[in-house]
Amino acid sequence: MATRTLTGTGSTELPSGPATPADGEPAHLTPADRVGLLRAMLMMRAVESRAMNLYRQGKVPGSFYDGFGQEAVSVGAAWAMAAADRLCVLHRDLGAHMVRGVGPAAILSQYMGRAAGITNGRDGNVHFGDRRAGCVGMTSMLPDMMLVATGMAMAFKLRSEARCALTWFGDGSTSRGDFHEAMNWAGVQKLPVVFVLENNQFAYSTPTHLQYAVDPVERAAGYGFPGLRVDGNDVEAVFDAVRAARERAIAGGGPTLIEAVTMRMHGHGAHDDMKYVPKALVEEWRKKDPIDRQSARVAALGHDVDQLRADVRTEVEQATEVALAGPMPDPETATDRVFHPRDAPEILLDDGVAPWSGFHA
Amino acid sequence: MSEMTYLRAISDGLRTEMRSDERVLLMGEDIGVFGGAFKVTDGFFDEFGAARVMDTPLAESAIIGTAIGAAVVGMRPVCEMQFADFIACGFDQLVNTAAKMYYRQDLPVNITVRLPSGGGFSGGPFHSQNPEAWFMHAPGIKVVAPSTAEDAKGLIIAAMRDPNPVVFMEHKHLYRRVKGEVPEGSYETPFKARVAREGDDLVVITYGAMVHTVLEATADLAGASVMVLDLRSLVPLDEQAILDAVRHCSKVVIVDEANYTCAAGAQVAALIAEHAFEDLDGPVTRVASPDCPIPFSPPLEAAVLPSVDRVREACRQLLEY
Repeated sequence: MATRTLTGTGSTELPSGPATPADGEPAHLTPADRVGLLRAMLMMRAVESRAMNLYRQGKVPGSFYDGFGQEAVSVGAAWAMAAADRLCVLHRDLGAHMVRGVGPAAILSQYMGRAAGITNGRDGNVHFGDRRAGCVGMTSMLPDMMLVATGMAMAFKLRSEARCALTWFGDGSTSRGDFHEAMNWAGVQKLPVVFVLENNQFAYSTPTHLQYAVDPVERAAGYGFPGLRVDGNDVEAVFDAVRAARERAIAGGGPTLIEAVTMRMHGHGAHDDMKYVPKALVEEWRKKDPIDRQSARVAALGHDVDQLRADVRTEVEQATEVALAGPMPDPETATDRVFHPRDAPEILLDDGVAPWSGFHA
Repeated sequence: MSEMTYLRAISDGLRTEMRSDERVLLMGEDIGVFGGAFKVTDGFFDEFGAARVMDTPLAESAIIGTAIGAAVVGMRPVCEMQFADFIACGFDQLVNTAAKMYYRQDLPVNITVRLPSGGGFSGGPFHSQNPEAWFMHAPGIKVVAPSTAEDAKGLIIAAMRDPNPVVFMEHKHLYRRVKGEVPEGSYETPFKARVAREGDDLVVITYGAMVHTVLEATADLAGASVMVLDLRSLVPLDEQAILDAVRHCSKVVIVDEANYTCAAGAQVAALIAEHAFEDLDGPVTRVASPDCPIPFSPPLEAAVLPSVDRVREACRQLLEY
């Protein structure tokens, strides 16, 4: 497992937690958790691979955006979140939706603009959040969700609830004002929020050295809370960093910035051939594939990884059949649901699935 | 009933709702200890405490964005922009995140955004704007604009209870200038137009501070009977009330304090052209600020904002048509 690097003056506040030895038992994960983490990553990759295929067949309108090679970031972080916690999910983070309980058929329906998609065809690709799973979907103006998550945390603190909010955002997001406004606000009010910076090296075609002069993780100290860097391709390392940050948040310790260092292995979208990325860089990261890494651990536990892969494949194939059989939305509904009726029952985010064994002990 | 200013009526509405609904949370710059730049929340800090009358960092995008987050987990935030003009810094969160959340994700965003708007006191280009039309063009946001103390209280309460994002245009020039009888306790003003004065020969359609300008301008027009329709709500727009008034009077003047192009009144004019063309007995006439920033110096500002004289002249010409 990669070493966690603490940076910034605020870092001393972070509970260090037992480091997980490279090939020993991680302190907070049961064997079932470790298999579950792998399964969620496999599901994410299988659904996205199938969707890419459907895109090429003309069945996914618009473009298609995936998180190939970044599965550990969303799966690991979401695994650490409790049912009553709330998540704001980014477009490379399909795994978070799946951990929270959103099924593959609903996701594939979403990609294809079908009526049964999470947004009922109102928005495309990964621009969704299932409110029944406690998730808010991103807007395309990144990182707007940093402020939304900060506001959720503000409400939790105001009501003295032991809950936490989490949001993902990318390296490009750190250039926008909302990054600063959220980090500052969360720092001033010491809010229970975890900021996961998913650094995949490129914002569309722009490399990080054109995005910032100082690694954003260093900036956390400037806002009065710790920032730490984890290996974003190690799902157990991501989990453990978020688990500790969440614990700290719930205990009143305030926010944490976690930079998960990873690599965008595909183009920004399916339309992008990624010519601007040096081939050697992609090759180097291919060797660090997060699924290969977790597969080795799970195999070492004596678990049949091939069977797991086959099960996932079957489930995704069945989900594809269901999604393809579903109708497109009725054009008559295009202008529905602009305003919520005044006297209708209140709608809020519901609790999601929280599979981590630590919540079920 | 008790007489109070437009400003106190807003305060009264906020206080009434905060006492009965602990989900209501006020957020804004200098609204706590200081009581707000215009003192709308004067005394609130002492009654409700720092947590519910939150002095925020100077960050409009953050005020709107965090309000959205708090709303979807069960709070009912009311955001104060210190001046309506500053909403430009929070535009993205309001128009892209809040306005579209329910449509995209079946998740309503119950936030109210108070915008102290309008000119008339040398505020200059950044403290005098009427940006309501920006939000009329963003589906998913309601826009209300009271002209009286009674409606100010009733509309702010209705805005807080509405499950959607509501932009509440409170005109700064009305704050202390306008007084009226305001009912005690809790009540809601519907998002519907009201007839501010009955009349038969011509109708002037307007809202906000211009209601008072129009009432003055048309009080004595050589015996003409002039109806004044106060829209109160721009989204939803009370189309029926507008068309009924036009059909009754056959002549219509539309007055906006906002800049002419694509103002709320332009939508009213389009509606009339589309659905009441046969009922007109003269051209639809508009009075608005010209398409320039609102200048600082008194003679320049007076040259831009619609005045009693300009409205009177427009009415006179149309009556003679």
